[in-house]
Amino acid sequence: MTVFEFVVGSLYLAAATLFVVGLHNMRTPSNARAGNLISAGGMVIAVLTTVVFSIVDGGGTWLGWGALVVGGALGGVYGALRARTVKMTDIPQLVSIFNAVGGGAAAAVACATFVLHANGAELDPTTSIPIVLDVFIGSITFSGSLIAAGKLQGVIPGQPITFPGSRIVNVLVIAIAVGAGVLTLLSTHSILLLLIVFVASLIFGVLMVLPIGGADAPVIVSLLNAFTGLAVAMAGFAINNQALIIAGALVGAAGTILTLQMANAMNRSVVSIILGGFGTSDSASSTGPGDQDLTNIRQLTVDDVAIQLAYAQRVLIVPGYGLAAAQAQHEVAELAKLLIGHGVDVKYAIHPVAGRMPGHMNVLLAEANVPYDQMLQLDEANVAFDNCDVALVVGANDVCNPDARKPGNAVSGMPILDADHARSVVVMKRSMRPGYAGLNNPLFTDPQTGMFFADAKKGLADIAVAVKEYVSA
Amino acid sequence: MMQTLFGNLAIFVLALLVGVEVISKIPSTLHTPMMSGANAIHGVVVAGAVVTASFANSPIGYVLTFVAGALAAANVFGGYVVTDRMLKMFTRPMTAPTASAKKDAS
Repeated sequence: MTVFEFVVGSLYLAAATLFVVGLHNMRTPSNARAGNLISAGGMVIAVLTTVVFSIVDGGGTWLGWGALVVGGALGGVYGALRARTVKMTDIPQLVSIFNAVGGGAAAAVACATFVLHANGAELDPTTSIPIVLDVFIGSITFSGSLIAAGKLQGVIPGQPITFPGSRIVNVLVIAIAVGAGVLTLLSTHSILLLLIVFVASLIFGVLMVLPIGGADAPVIVSLLNAFTGLAVAMAGFAINNQALIIAGALVGAAGTILTLQMANAMNRSVVSIILGGFGTSDSASSTGPGDQDLTNIRQLTVDDVAIQLAYAQRVLIVPGYGLAAAQAQHEVAELAKLLIGHGVDVKYAIHPVAGRMPGHMNVLLAEANVPYDQMLQLDEANVAFDNCDVALVVGANDVCNPDARKPGNAVSGMPILDADHARSVVVMKRSMRPGYAGLNNPLFTDPQTGMFFADAKKGLADIAVAVKEYVSA
Repeated sequence: MMQTLFGNLAIFVLALLVGVEVISKIPSTLHTPMMSGANAIHGVVVAGAVVTASFANSPIGYVLTFVAGALAAANVFGGYVVTDRMLKMFTRPMTAPTASAKKDAS
């Protein structure tokens, strides 16, 4: 080992350490930004080290470096622009697009390594196997993430897209991809075979995500995040670069954990989401709402809600997907500020999957200047409900369905917010339409509950105006 | 060759375990920025693109370098910028409750 190699190795180790320390700092909101900057510092070290090492070790041609610089500049500008302009409600799509490009880049690196070594003829299996795996996983991630982003953005219809015999086609495509991959390894090391792996994997990525419903798309984004991590780690094996291996493994772990937590919070198994065998909830939603007894609903007016809130001591706001969809985070924060100014204790009870991905609601509220100590997580919130005068449910449904405590339905066992433990409940929804699980929610017909039918954005603004009257009077 | 492979495999497995350990301690409040931050970390594939650039010696090699560079750079720049944008909001100084109370009451 030369001194140069020692320095390069040490710097990679430093970069990897900074990645871990950076993630570690994301445990508390106040340190999280510093954590991200630490991780970015690790990135700078890793990339600069690689640049110096590659120039000394390989040299390269002007054309090669030129292609990198031009491509990097274009991609970097695109990424930074999108990141600066994206609306906070559209974060899940953007994360998905960054997954796609990460996976695509990893696949491209693997292909380039393969081509360099005379189409793999001189490749050792310890290199060629990661290359094939990288192309396989990276391509699936690339096309799959783009489809998922399209679904979240609404460019591609959110409902599951299936066609007769889709299962057989899936199996066929994956068999082609795996078969071509094995042949690439075993026999000729031909670029044509690797190309078949690439194309078949791309098609499989599309087929895998198309049958998944829009509401499940965030789970898939998280899963594809793990895939990208694996693809990057495989690229690391292919070019023998530890920075890629470690970073890829970290992301793989992050994506996997988040996927499992999300599936758990939605009361679904990851397998059932991927298999898209989700006809069950669709049929439930078409039959469900009819049999709810609507006569027991107590409808509230703006003034009713305003009085209840203004004279409460403790209010818990339960924001749900409807609030995110209506982009009403600023209105809800405005109302809360008004009440807090009036001496009411207002907190937010946030379900882990409120919004469009885990923690998304926290980001939206943070955007509306809500301090994070007002946001209660599931466990804290459920303690607070017992002592709460009014629970204001805005555009949330399944996450506070008390039926989850009973066995034998689609939400059984799902962790919920105990909004029904509050002394009174105000539910703000556009209609009685059931939520994602397609179930009736007994909370809505509970005697202590009043329904206020309105669009979240307009309704909250109206309530705020009405509350202002009581506050100033 | 085997030694390199097992060295790398050990690093991979240990990094996975460290990842599980670190990530599972992150509260759900921060899951979106964490995922976005992890997203930025896999932008390290840009280092892979750099290596590709150093050995590219054929037209197809140049094209692949260009593609890898563009995609990876979008990933790494976009990932860090958007994560920072989100986390900046979380650390914003809290509005003093007394001041807002006065303003709203008046």
